[in-house]
Amino acid sequence: MAYNMKEIVANKRPHFTEGHRMCAGCGAPVVARHIMRALKEEDTAVVCSATGCMEVSTFIYPYTAWEDSFIHTAFECAGSTLSGVEAAYKSLKKQGKLPEDQHTKFIAFGGDGGTYDIGIQALSGAMERGHDMTYVCYDNGAYMNTGIQRSSATPRFADTTTTPAGKVIPGKMQNRKDLALIMANHHLPYVAQTLAMGDFKDLYEKAEKAIYTEGPTFLNVLAPCPRGWGYTTDELMEINKLAAQTCYWPMYEVVDGKYHITYKPAKKLPIEEFLKKQKRFKHMFKEGNEWMIEEFQKEVDRRWQELLDLEEMTNKE
Amino acid sequence: MSIRERLSGNEASATAMKQINPDVVAAFPITPSTEIPQYFSTFVANGTVDTEFVAVESEHSAMSACIGAEAAGSRAMTATSANGLSLMWEMIYIASSLRLPIVMSLVNRAVSGPLNIHNDHSDAMGVRDAGWIMLFSENNQEAYDNLLMAHRIAEHKDVLLPLMVCQDGFITSHSIENIMLEEDSEVKKFVGTYNPEHYLLNRKEPIAVGPLDVQPYLFEHKAQQADAMRASKQVILDVAKDFEKWTGRKYGLFEEYKLEDAELAIVCVNSTAGTTKYVVDRLREKGIKAGLLKLRVYRPFPGEEISKALSHVKAVAVLDKSDSLNSAGGAIFTDVTSSFQVHKVNIPTVNYIYGIGGRDTKSDDIESVYKDLAYIAKTGDIGIPYRYLGLRRD
Repeated sequence: MAYNMKEIVANKRPHFTEGHRMCAGCGAPVVARHIMRALKEEDTAVVCSATGCMEVSTFIYPYTAWEDSFIHTAFECAGSTLSGVEAAYKSLKKQGKLPEDQHTKFIAFGGDGGTYDIGIQALSGAMERGHDMTYVCYDNGAYMNTGIQRSSATPRFADTTTTPAGKVIPGKMQNRKDLALIMANHHLPYVAQTLAMGDFKDLYEKAEKAIYTEGPTFLNVLAPCPRGWGYTTDELMEINKLAAQTCYWPMYEVVDGKYHITYKPAKKLPIEEFLKKQKRFKHMFKEGNEWMIEEFQKEVDRRWQELLDLEEMTNKE
Repeated sequence: MSIRERLSGNEASATAMKQINPDVVAAFPITPSTEIPQYFSTFVANGTVDTEFVAVESEHSAMSACIGAEAAGSRAMTATSANGLSLMWEMIYIASSLRLPIVMSLVNRAVSGPLNIHNDHSDAMGVRDAGWIMLFSENNQEAYDNLLMAHRIAEHKDVLLPLMVCQDGFITSHSIENIMLEEDSEVKKFVGTYNPEHYLLNRKEPIAVGPLDVQPYLFEHKAQQADAMRASKQVILDVAKDFEKWTGRKYGLFEEYKLEDAELAIVCVNSTAGTTKYVVDRLREKGIKAGLLKLRVYRPFPGEEISKALSHVKAVAVLDKSDSLNSAGGAIFTDVTSSFQVHKVNIPTVNYIYGIGGRDTKSDDIESVYKDLAYIAKTGDIGIPYRYLGLRRD
């Protein structure tokens, strides 16, 4: 059936209710809700979240915004916590201790702090062991929950509270880690990078594939943060679009080792278009700092080319 | 019918786990407990158990996976030692706060640093206030029996707390001793099935576990944990009674060995109790009224019962196989002496830190403690209350 956003929003449960306390203009709940819509109506899910913005804003005792079973334990262990839940499911199913027609899907959410950094070990372990689960990283490019500290997902030159743009050091000095490629090199059946753009078709279809591919799957989803990035709440969708159009955030999937870039902009926009909307890059536009934008552009181009090469290489007959 | 066997402490623990047949085991190898997951994976590989074995990449993940599995509605078990437990530390507290009756076999070893793989109790003592029930085992038989009783205690509706069964690394984990095993079917009957009231995989009643729990609630939730710990004492005794009916082997909160008429008493846990019993027997032959209180249940701490059991003796030595590095004494010493104060028992009591990092504790060492106690009982002179046994100062 062809994707139709109106029908999906009208007919498919978001599994994630209103009333949560995420900020206006935050990319994460938009992403989480649409991913959860990809669940089949007859299926249930156990959702696991790493400590982070999403957890502390959606499950404040005694209220929860999650309609499915939900578990949070700590910051660095969404991968291993959900491994345990999934192992229990397998065990109980095998022993006939759960209804035969019960189909439960396992979905983890972690920010870039809980995924790229403190949680990468538990994530890597869970994926390598082959648990039947989907791990979603909502990447907002810094530790936003604790007040905008740099992470290994923070882009170079970004102004954060632990990499302030100072007189001597102009923001974060290192390039960001490429987690989707790291996960692709775990040789998982399905890895994708996406964001919420247009009618969210790319996001939805990747979520559906990730959830319904047997085995461990990984989604890296850009989730802008108005506080950390410095944009106004109504600019969320515009920022997402520019991230894709500048190829800052390439959208692609890796299916059984084959790379497919799912969005190639007809005209690749210069990176300034993405950077200038955000206060965290403001200092890059000061006179004398043109080199920063050049360096940033070079890195974006290099990574885009790397992906084009991977796509070509892995799809040769 | 019980079956006579010869097993090491690790084999005995793995055998108990096999008979319990938990739904999930998640573990990461660490000396001296490594053999437990090793033996257990053989049971899994041969289809002897129904368990999903999760060979995690760290102990932090082992406990996280156990939490996930237990919250999902299954029985989860693990085994670890020393630094493995240290790495779990964060999750140890989360497991008890979520009221998940996970059962762990803790093969006691010195926590780094410096690195040492041998036995002491610094691992267990580091988590003594984490909300886990803690049972100690003198020998292989007790390690086995404590595991067979573990789920009945931990899963009881008045308790719902995780439980660890401790035994001494190498000293009992790797020594082969005679043991009485129970039949698989009898164990299955005794342990029973796990029927949690609320669990993640119940599709009829989705639940949310592990909230952000702020000022209006956390205090009450911690108090509920404390209530459960208090309630567990009676459950431990009730389960022990049922166990005795079944196997004939008797367990309590602690074992009193020739304590009834004793004048000089040692308090200790785990394998040193065996050495102490031997010394007590020898001293009794010489007419010295020596006795032993071997603590089995350390959490909940039976302070009142201990105070009562020791109230008639003339001098007490508490042996701690872990130094608290607080300039005031080891953990068990502090617990025993503060209970004495609360229950108005006034007996000269001294503390010996011993056996650190696997330092051998011989019968002569224990005998020297009784000799010290005889002097204290006679003169009332405690001298230095915080002492060392078997320490070289040269």
